[in-house]
Amino acid sequence: MADHYYNAEDLGKFGNIGEYQKEMADKFFAYYGEVFKDGALTAKEKSLVALAVAHAVQCPYCIDAYSSDAYEKGYSEAQMMEAVHVASAIKGGAVLVHGVQMMNKVKAISM
Amino acid sequence: MIKSLKVLQNPLANSAYQLDILEHDPKHQHASFKDKVAAIGLFPLLAGGVEIFQVNMGKMCNQVCKHCHVDAGPDRKEIMTRETMQLCLNVLAGSPIKIVDLTGGAPELNPDFRWFVEQIKALGKHIIVRCNLTIILANKRFHDLPEFFKLHRIEVVSSLPSFTQDRTDKQRGDGVFEDSIKALQMLNAVGYGLADTGLTLNLVYNPAGAFLPPSQDALEKEYKFELMKKYNISFNNLFAITNMPISRYLDYLLTTNNYDKYMEKLISAFNPAAVNNVMCRNTISVGWDGYLYDCDFNQMLDLKVTPITSQHLSVFDLSLLQNREIILKQHCYGCTAGAGSSCGGAVAE
Repeated sequence: MADHYYNAEDLGKFGNIGEYQKEMADKFFAYYGEVFKDGALTAKEKSLVALAVAHAVQCPYCIDAYSSDAYEKGYSEAQMMEAVHVASAIKGGAVLVHGVQMMNKVKAISM
Repeated sequence: MIKSLKVLQNPLANSAYQLDILEHDPKHQHASFKDKVAAIGLFPLLAGGVEIFQVNMGKMCNQVCKHCHVDAGPDRKEIMTRETMQLCLNVLAGSPIKIVDLTGGAPELNPDFRWFVEQIKALGKHIIVRCNLTIILANKRFHDLPEFFKLHRIEVVSSLPSFTQDRTDKQRGDGVFEDSIKALQMLNAVGYGLADTGLTLNLVYNPAGAFLPPSQDALEKEYKFELMKKYNISFNNLFAITNMPISRYLDYLLTTNNYDKYMEKLISAFNPAAVNNVMCRNTISVGWDGYLYDCDFNQMLDLKVTPITSQHLSVFDLSLLQNREIILKQHCYGCTAGAGSSCGGAVAE
């Protein structure tokens, strides 16, 4: 067991999760593969969505994987950073919009 | 302008040094390509004929691309003489080979390029020219190349690693994208890449970094859409080519600490289905000095063909070459990764 929680090499071992529960892992990876195929959105567009979500969920493995994938599929540095800003705006907005809840509560209890 | 590895006296200009890194360096050990091919029952890999006669007319080029496996540039003076071209013509005149693929460097910089094209055409062969596009703008004397290509019904294959300036110039040099776009418009103006003209203009994508090409089909659609929308440019097909870990690209991989990761990417993407269709199985590659190789990459590593009595144009023996054993080294992983790679792009699904 490593003395830290994240290890870059573990990304390559993702497929090993099937060792403990093969049926669910197989279903997950089949679904995952299906999701990222060309569909109503292209595989390239999905890669950029994944990059933004990877940042929103702050998954270092996903950021590693989709920074490479999005760049390899042809997105520019500026496009990728704008996608991260979208994630940031939604995350920030998600915090800030709760300010309305705070205001509602304060207004309810104040004179 | 960047200088060639040779002029910089970089040890990687030496093919033996490159092979030592690829094959023997204990710091860079990877699964053997030969073993991979043997595991699928295809070792030794044999040629299945000679359909394409690819001639490297010399290392001289007006560009110095960061990934160039030829280490070509303006400072390289090795170019094919008319005497060696005549040896090519002697071979072609009596052979069933139908396709002649001219590459370099920039083949058009060879002073005998047009003479050579005319002679090959007189033999009734189909000609492919690997034109870097910017040569058309490089000097007034090259401005009529589109008309010259058209006159001889030459198939033009040109590199454009991206439909954006940023990535193209990063790989091929400042200003290359702008000149490439102008050159493509000049080729379109005489009919190249347009429907029903029969004048074929194919583009080549190769990654501007340490990664493999994405789907060739998806890229082709995107290139067609973007180039038409922004520049009103048409072309026929896009070939997605993998960068080979040799010469200048090997230098890039080593100096950016990407070499081992790149090799592992190639190895993990090894596609047995691509092995049957690798270009060395139907191509013979001719060096500027007339020596014969399995492909342009083996040529740059100075790995001459195996039949020792037919290693030069002067002793060309098709019966020996058409089923020769191909020389395999670690760089060959570049042709079998993913959808595979060749001078005509992907070779497998």
